[in-house]
Amino acid sequence: MELLEKIKTAITEKFPQAIENYEVSYDFPVFYIKKDEIHQVLEFLKTDTELNFHFLTDLTGIQSADEKQLGVIYHLHNMPKNYRVRLKTYFDINKPEIPTATDLWPGANWMERETYDFFGVKFKGHPKLKKILNVDEMDAFPLRKDFPLEDQTRDDKSDKMFGR
Amino acid sequence: MKELTKRTKLEMAKSPQGIEGPGFFATKLEDVIGLARANSLWPLPFATSCCGIEFMATMASNYDLARFGSERLSFSPRQADMLMVMGTIAKKMGPTLRQVYEQMAEPKWVLCVGACACSGGIFDSYSVLQGIDRIIPVDVYVPGCPPRPEQIIDGVLKIQELAKNESLRRRDSPEYKKLLNSYGIE
Repeated sequence: MELLEKIKTAITEKFPQAIENYEVSYDFPVFYIKKDEIHQVLEFLKTDTELNFHFLTDLTGIQSADEKQLGVIYHLHNMPKNYRVRLKTYFDINKPEIPTATDLWPGANWMERETYDFFGVKFKGHPKLKKILNVDEMDAFPLRKDFPLEDQTRDDKSDKMFGR
Repeated sequence: MKELTKRTKLEMAKSPQGIEGPGFFATKLEDVIGLARANSLWPLPFATSCCGIEFMATMASNYDLARFGSERLSFSPRQADMLMVMGTIAKKMGPTLRQVYEQMAEPKWVLCVGACACSGGIFDSYSVLQGIDRIIPVDVYVPGCPPRPEQIIDGVLKIQELAKNESLRRRDSPEYKKLLNSYGIE
């Protein structure tokens, strides 16, 4: 894919160690970026006059299948040329810290709060990192894989009645 | 011209048991008040989702809850007699629902419409309250997903029966206070 090569060359030129892996998925170029360099790469993609990924479409969290890593996914968009790219960065679940993107896109504020609320990713430098959707009393992160799907306080759903 | 009157046969509310004579009728005050309360329940609709749509049909001309004395919806909890909870109640909505219940004046009844309000329904997950009877006492449950207007009317009629047969002193009784206290309501 032409766009993938273009972005890959541009990033490698500036940050030779940043890209861990890359692929084309659902017609999107996808880059796996090292956590330590994610903020510089985002800034570069935004400010570079040629690539010009000026719009943050979405920011969300993910947990790897082995449950040992958390990730953050950035969807970027260049509206004049209609380029899109997806950046992923993974880090250890026991130390879920990543620099905030609110200094680049003010719109990242609520998306990062949501990601913190559901996955417990701590965005360093975020102006107001607190829960946004769940009840204030909730002390767990409900979209992590170790969080039980069903309500544990119900006593009417015994295994006997559901044949489990 | 055909006679239409035969089809519009009106039925009056049955009078309570008592002693009747020329010019007087003697009965218990409790029964009279029960009769008056039961046939003028003011509902407070707490409609959050699809059960609320069924409630709208219940209030509209085809089913017309006004026939049963509930013409006037009270959107202020202070003038309402019957809290109708219809729809999924998220955990974040819980304190609001409880506050609405606490603001209602005695005597008050709660009608719980639909699977979600009764038990959480299909939403067995972290964000949904697993039945409103975890935060407020419920008088009548109407099952269904969503229940038809006929079922909602049946539930209202059941509440009318409760209102009709309730002792005037029930709300002062230690059992009732104990029930409220078990929900943490003073």
